[in-house]
Amino acid sequence: MTVAAPTATTTPRRRRARLLRLPSTLIAGAIILLVSLLLALFPQLIAPYDPTAFDYNALLAPPSAAHLLGSDSFGRDVLSRVIHAYGLDLQIAVFATVPAFTVGVIVGALVGYAGGWVEAVFGRVVDAVITFPFLVLVIAIVAVLGPGLTNMYIAVGVVGWVFYARLVAAEVKVQKRLDYADAGRVMGYRPLRIIFRHLLPNSITPAIVYWMTDMALAILLGSSLGYLGLGAQPPASEWGVQIADGKNFMNTAWWISVFPGVAIVITGLGFSLLGDGLAELLRTRK
Amino acid sequence: MSALPSQALTPALSVRDLTTTFVTSAGRVTAVDNVGFDVFPGEVLGLVGESGSGKSVTLRSIMRLIHAPGVVGGSVLWQGRDLVTMPERELRRIRGAEIAMIFQEPMTALNPVLPVGLQIEENLKAHTPLDRAGRTKRALELMDLVGIPEARRRLSDYPHQFSGGMRQRAMIAISLASNPKLLLADEPTTALDVTIQDQILKLILELKRELGMSVVFVTHDLGVVAATCDRMAVMYAGRIVETGEVASVFAKPRHAYTRGLLGSVPRSGAERTMLLSIDGTPPSLAAIPPGCPFNPRCSFATEVCRTVVPPLDEVSPARLAACHHHDRVAAAGSPVA
Repeated sequence: MTVAAPTATTTPRRRRARLLRLPSTLIAGAIILLVSLLLALFPQLIAPYDPTAFDYNALLAPPSAAHLLGSDSFGRDVLSRVIHAYGLDLQIAVFATVPAFTVGVIVGALVGYAGGWVEAVFGRVVDAVITFPFLVLVIAIVAVLGPGLTNMYIAVGVVGWVFYARLVAAEVKVQKRLDYADAGRVMGYRPLRIIFRHLLPNSITPAIVYWMTDMALAILLGSSLGYLGLGAQPPASEWGVQIADGKNFMNTAWWISVFPGVAIVITGLGFSLLGDGLAELLRTRK
Repeated sequence: MSALPSQALTPALSVRDLTTTFVTSAGRVTAVDNVGFDVFPGEVLGLVGESGSGKSVTLRSIMRLIHAPGVVGGSVLWQGRDLVTMPERELRRIRGAEIAMIFQEPMTALNPVLPVGLQIEENLKAHTPLDRAGRTKRALELMDLVGIPEARRRLSDYPHQFSGGMRQRAMIAISLASNPKLLLADEPTTALDVTIQDQILKLILELKRELGMSVVFVTHDLGVVAATCDRMAVMYAGRIVETGEVASVFAKPRHAYTRGLLGSVPRSGAERTMLLSIDGTPPSLAAIPPGCPFNPRCSFATEVCRTVVPPLDEVSPARLAACHHHDRVAAAGSPVA
């Protein structure tokens, strides 16, 4: 013990070094989503036009200095509509996944810990949900409940929690056999305390990573439903709705559909990169 | 070493007919077979045996840590209450508060994602009425007590930032947070290097004196037993084959297996002699030989050993042995005396 122990105080240099060590995918994803968030919060500051203002002098105008990304069949500015859609589409990403994530993680942790017949029953539920194509199931539920975003959130939540629960249950099942879980039991902790305080923090990583990907999928789903007329309703700016608006003009005015599509791709990429980066970060930390 | 408790005292822990079986693909396996022993207040009992002899399973059975498909029978009386049949709620009030347990591998027994200080506070939260500030204060005291330097700074450190020895100290701090009356230690020093081993043993003995606990030490290391325990129980193939005060067992083993174990310990200072080993390997628990389970490896074995299971009987005052020929074994003398 003659060597002086390095002090653990965080100097600015150390903090910078740690930032540099962050996975590049995490940083890239975070930047994309940060910009997306700014666009979502302050669309009116950046968008050049009112997203619902008609300009009859520029119907189906191609990209130009006046309309950078062109205009649609009502003369609405495509760029402004894409920017104004950020709020709604990010909202879809969050609202559609958070209930599924929360419910799935809680149920998964309980199921994984309980094991036995609880797990067997849960396994059949998973089978039942997985054998249906996700999109078809969601469309069916929305069709029953009626079109609109709230019903879409409900539909996605009803189906989506299963995927999170499955991930967490598998992980908790491994963790509960480890010594520290036994140590918790032997310390006289309540099962719920062991599950949520001790096992869950060790088991939640795959669910968080999947959540990021799932938000990208939720945007796609929201857009798909918007396209089908079951999600956001016109005249709201929403990428799926916009793509649907442009479908009749695909040959003559491609920009109406393509640029909202590009926005979907970039935002989805942001979530995916963040998810990958997070996975890498949490893996190396272990 | 402290004075040995007299038999007149009532035992704090009294294990009777403890039997733990597992149903496996190879059939029913009895990992712990009719084990019985007492632990008196303030006493250190050593549970000794080779790997696979059932020491750890015995300890886990006492604490009801046997997972399905394991089944535990018999009784474990803790201050008159039977832990084996006790409802889960009641058991939770004893676990961690009155009986604590530490594990062999401190890295895996600590939660990797929670700071050590918080893990100490978890125990306090479960078993004491202390408020947040009180818990932090007590956690700090405990870290000091177990000899973790710079306790205040290290409270927020994670287990992976601790060395092996420090981790075991942290584990001890967590276990002892609520002043238990009995500490079950499952090979607490096996995963540590020798100098650290010694420190941890001394620490446990110190804490035992300070807190007035009893300790059950599971170990395969007879050196540890000699240095720390008052009494010892030797296990072989899931059974206890000999118990007694450490000094008297070392001086005059009355079971051939105990004698073999003692002969296989290297000693410093002694003349250089061949290290004795026990021939053969311990039997698989799925195929324990008839009669005395040790008979195929035993140089004292006779016909009766191959057919009749020797009962664990009192062979001399305060000494129990399960050997048909304990007199001959005793007469052969101790390899360490």
